[in-house]
Amino acid sequence: MAGVGGSSLLEVRDLSVRFRTRDGVVQAVSNLSFTLERGETLGVVGESGSGKSVTSLAIMGLLNRNFADITGEILFEGRDLLKLSPAELRKVRGKDVSMIFQDPFACLHPMYRVGSQIAEAVRAHSDVSKSVAQARAVELLDAVGIPNAAVRARDYPHQFSGGMRQRAMIAMALVHNPAVLIADEPTTALDVTVQAQIVELIDKVKRDFNVGVMLITHDLGVVAETASHVLVMYGGRAMEYGPSYEIFHAAQHPYAWGLLESMPRVDRKLDVLIPIEGSPPSLLNPPPGCPFNPRCKYRFDACDKQSPKLVQLPGGHLDSCFLSTERKQAEWRDKVSEEISQ
Amino acid sequence: MTASGSTQTPLVELQHLTKHFSVKQGVFARGKGVVHAVEDVSLVVNKGETLGIVGESGCGKTTTARLMVKLLEATSGRILFEGEDITDLSRHRMRQLRQQMQIIFQDPYSSLNPRKTVGQIVGEPFVIHGTEKDIKSRVQELLARVGLNPEHYNRYPHEFSGGQRQRIGIARALALQPKLIVCDEPVSALDVSVQAQILNLLKSLQSEFDLTYVFISHDLSVIRQVSDRIAVMYLGRVVEMGESELLYEHPRHPYTAALLSAVPRAELDANGQKRTRIVLQGDVPSPVSPPSACVFHPRCPRAHAGTCDVETPGLTSFEGDHVAACHFPVERWPMSEAELRAGGTFADTTS
Repeated sequence: MAGVGGSSLLEVRDLSVRFRTRDGVVQAVSNLSFTLERGETLGVVGESGSGKSVTSLAIMGLLNRNFADITGEILFEGRDLLKLSPAELRKVRGKDVSMIFQDPFACLHPMYRVGSQIAEAVRAHSDVSKSVAQARAVELLDAVGIPNAAVRARDYPHQFSGGMRQRAMIAMALVHNPAVLIADEPTTALDVTVQAQIVELIDKVKRDFNVGVMLITHDLGVVAETASHVLVMYGGRAMEYGPSYEIFHAAQHPYAWGLLESMPRVDRKLDVLIPIEGSPPSLLNPPPGCPFNPRCKYRFDACDKQSPKLVQLPGGHLDSCFLSTERKQAEWRDKVSEEISQ
Repeated sequence: MTASGSTQTPLVELQHLTKHFSVKQGVFARGKGVVHAVEDVSLVVNKGETLGIVGESGCGKTTTARLMVKLLEATSGRILFEGEDITDLSRHRMRQLRQQMQIIFQDPYSSLNPRKTVGQIVGEPFVIHGTEKDIKSRVQELLARVGLNPEHYNRYPHEFSGGQRQRIGIARALALQPKLIVCDEPVSALDVSVQAQILNLLKSLQSEFDLTYVFISHDLSVIRQVSDRIAVMYLGRVVEMGESELLYEHPRHPYTAALLSAVPRAELDANGQKRTRIVLQGDVPSPVSPPSACVFHPRCPRAHAGTCDVETPGLTSFEGDHVAACHFPVERWPMSEAELRAGGTFADTTS
């Protein structure tokens, strides 16, 4: 499972990203650490501005280093991607690490045929003839479930529906059998029935190609159904991180509780929705201490003094909160789990 | 349509409402096509209730709502508001009537004029209809009611977050004390934690001001939480309609069943097992050339050749006012895809 020399497929250590803007420094990601193995899906959940997309762009090397200060390490099979030269990075990006974006219409060139755009991706990293590349494109379109792939490869993006475009994007990402696939909100722009198709496809791709998938989404449902591990982000920090089953069955962080409580459900009507009051923090002027403290129902003296570190709970996953373990377990057992399964 | 509960009085009634848009097609736009946006929709919205309209993009839910408040002219059919036929009302009379019906829009960014202050935006209905002397204090009252600081009267929309902007939109809709508010995807642009705040606000306003809501959303969880009755739309038609809980507990139309099973859920089964999911094949067909007879038949796991592609299904009634337009309604729920398919193939004499 693990890559060269026993190192993880992808390991992010203490990643921080700061943007220098006219208005000041935006602390987009702070001290983030996680790992991803082959055949695993890591669900990254968070609201807008929680730093999840910036994290993925940092991994892909798509942030302009002139404006973004990136510190920490992003180890891909033991190699630090942040230390690579642009030329070396280009060899990794799109080959070993590839990405699917949210809006498939914006990511396909409207004036080129879908098949030739995929063939272009083939030729970007391997020295093959155009016809071989085209054949590979058709093969991949077929693999992601485009009916009549040889004919549809000659279509332009506007002739594809939203779901088919997203399939084409996935085909393009798979061109070089990547080890890591980053999917940034891949289903947000799609309807529920199409979303279900794409979620199944990504799951199938994970198994067939044995890739490590990093699935970024704000939809807890999608995560619960596909992810083996979950990382909950808020204000650029990891709030909770661990196996999916534990996050959904024994969440430990007040923010995760808040998310679970405030979500309407399809399987029954709740008596009341319990919203998280207030709004997400500005990363330009983040609140002191824990980023969630101004909205937290459980805050106490320590919370706005310093920010809690992500720590391993005894016999469980990691979370960053100053509440005592006993208190959190009691809250979850007696209150939160009751409320979300009333 | 079956009659709804005995004590309820209808506020709005749509009768066989149809809306076609003409589009140009083909090279040099020579051909003329017709988009069948809304096709023969009949429904009733009762006073004080929330009618949820749910469906995928392009199913006609927004068009239906816009027809209802006459932002669009219907191609055919009638619209009744408090028993009065408003289909062919004069502009002048319609303008008076608009005080009774308001819309909250999906995008809180584009629905507020960036050059106007919050006070001007929320106060504009009073200016237009000339119904209020002391606009400022009335506006501040409204801002306070929707959870905004009345001191922010002179701020501009860009100074507010998405959730706060949606509150401004709600304050504007409330200004003239309407009877009907159409909420067109009011929470889909918002983060989950803020979404619940807005849903709770809408709910408390409904009981306080005795409002009737038509709530449009593609999110089935949100629709279940807010609606008393629900209409499910597919390709411009209402395929299933009924009391919210009945419809969710036992969907009768295979499309509703597939929609419900497609929603990813944040909780696993008690034994940690994955639910079976009915994954519909293909995409929604083009409303320019909708399929024959039952429009859902090309994607339907229960479709029968010779019935579903030939005969347009009428509405079949179930418990209460629950109706579904299907030849082979779902007998029980939950049902796996295999069962659903089997139900279709072997029972082809039931129609």
